[in-house]
Amino acid sequence: MVEVAVFAVAAAACLVGAIGVVLSRNPVHAALMLVMTLFGIAVLFVAQEAHFIAAVQVIVYAGAIVVLFLFVIMLLGVDRAAELSLGALPAQRWTAAAFGLGGAAVLIWLVAAVDRLFKGAKSLALETAGAAGAGAGSDPTDYVADVSALARSLFSDYVYAFELTSLLLIVAVIGTVILARRSDGADGRRVGQHGADGRRVGQHGADAAMAGSSSEAGR
Amino acid sequence: MTGDPLFADGVDWGDIAVMGVKVVVAFAALLVATMFMIWFERKLISDMQHRIGPNVAGPWGLLQAFADGVKFFFKEDLRPANADPLVFRLAPYISAVTAFVAFAIVPVGGVFADTGPSGDGGRQGTVTLFGKETILQVADPPVGILLLLAMSSVAVYGVMLAGWSSGSKYPLIGSVRASAQAISYEAALGMSVVAVVIVAGSLSTQSIVASQAGGVNNWLLLTTGIVPFLVFLISATAELNRPPFDLVEAEQELVGGFHTEYSSIRFALFFLAEFMNVITMSAIMVTLFFGGPAGPVFFGWTWLWPTVWFLAKVVAFLFMFVWFRATLPRLRYDQLMSLGWKVLIPVMLFWLMFLGLVQLAGVQGWNRIWVFIAAAIGFALGWALLAAALKAAKRNFADDDTEPLPTHTAGRS
Repeated sequence: MVEVAVFAVAAAACLVGAIGVVLSRNPVHAALMLVMTLFGIAVLFVAQEAHFIAAVQVIVYAGAIVVLFLFVIMLLGVDRAAELSLGALPAQRWTAAAFGLGGAAVLIWLVAAVDRLFKGAKSLALETAGAAGAGAGSDPTDYVADVSALARSLFSDYVYAFELTSLLLIVAVIGTVILARRSDGADGRRVGQHGADGRRVGQHGADAAMAGSSSEAGR
Repeated sequence: MTGDPLFADGVDWGDIAVMGVKVVVAFAALLVATMFMIWFERKLISDMQHRIGPNVAGPWGLLQAFADGVKFFFKEDLRPANADPLVFRLAPYISAVTAFVAFAIVPVGGVFADTGPSGDGGRQGTVTLFGKETILQVADPPVGILLLLAMSSVAVYGVMLAGWSSGSKYPLIGSVRASAQAISYEAALGMSVVAVVIVAGSLSTQSIVASQAGGVNNWLLLTTGIVPFLVFLISATAELNRPPFDLVEAEQELVGGFHTEYSSIRFALFFLAEFMNVITMSAIMVTLFFGGPAGPVFFGWTWLWPTVWFLAKVVAFLFMFVWFRATLPRLRYDQLMSLGWKVLIPVMLFWLMFLGLVQLAGVQGWNRIWVFIAAAIGFALGWALLAAALKAAKRNFADDDTEPLPTHTAGRS
């Protein structure tokens, strides 16, 4: 009973958040709705006894990534309600609808397939859970084993994938730094001729970029 | 709720009642402690500045915070015309709720034996409430201390949204500063918590405290080698936006920071959250590094002494935070950022590797002396690399025609 209630509340939060992300006209509201979805998913993780994943979900996604989204939204000053009425491409609606329906179909098929898979594997899963429960009992350290199991598979079976991911992240960081510095320098010299005050170059550049994008959208 | 023996034999109404009592007591105690903290800070800081401080409401001005609270309740609730109505109302609650939740994982008492779970008659930091054996903390979730990190990262939303939704420029600057500061120092804070977790071998606060039982020598302050504590202390001060890191509400520059546009009970919620976070962080520091409720038990009620020790340690930290405020001048924003990114994070990264090496040496039976020599060489190499990188960065800035970064930031802040 409790499980069903928890699932219902968390799933409702997820769905409301997800729909809200799409429907909000204000980017900050959309980001907040995304946070609600992430929290709902974290609760679902807790309901599945994946406490560590839930904590990481909140710390990394809600605590870092969406905060960065908000940061960018606030710093770029695009926090006015976006004008959605203009700027649609000719066949955009139909293409979007087709892709959306296709995505939904694939998702439903996936859920059905996984469901079938798990029905077959259910007895096995129950057996393993029973064995683990018997071994660990009510030992308070039994969930640390959960963390260490995660660490073990991450640093042994999937160590190459793990290291490659960290390499990818480092490349992304270095690339960002180089791009940011280069464009800053180039813009600084170009726009600096107009404005005497070098400090406002960034502001000018951003304004120019926004004007460019909005005129493009207008076309 | 793994560590709590309350739920070991299933859940009945008695368990739920005990849980409810714990939640209500923790909630009320935190509220009272916050009021006490406001009075404590004002009284202490006026002593340090040769003033009298609050002395009208109640004996020694003890009821001053209560009077302020009543005043807040009856003030008119203002909302700026430019404000985003929904988010403006939501933000104070995010701050207050995260401040409350973070305290749930702090064990505030209970006798911890150093002889393992079977010692001391099978009691491991538990007390008996209404015939039910339970731990003296609201919850002991399996992720334990990670809940603190999660709550402190969610607390950023309160500040950030408050500043943004006010629709006013100083709150926005304050909130951007606050979120940048919180994100920067969260990394150092998290890494010093990881150092504790490496040495204690568990995420659960209950187990972390249990691993420190048996005397001052076992306190994680010493077994992690003091550095993590110093990093935690500095980053916690920055996370709390306490002086000398209170650029978020630097009143000379930003009027009042992110809560400039707030009044009445919403402002009171921010205020409450701020002071409550100070108390929670002090309690977390006591839990992580100072043995939690550990201390000698003298006479009378054995179950009471640990709580007394815990409170004494927390008050010591509260005193220290007030002392900081009375003593230290505020940092400049670029100094704040360079302290966080160029000092605390590299030092903590090195220290984590060092602690990992020491743990590995303990498992493998390596000679300690070689471990320390290797660590010293590693530290020297890392420091040299970092110094070289910083020098190169400085040269690059000098080569650029654009203004160097420090003056840029200083000009704005």
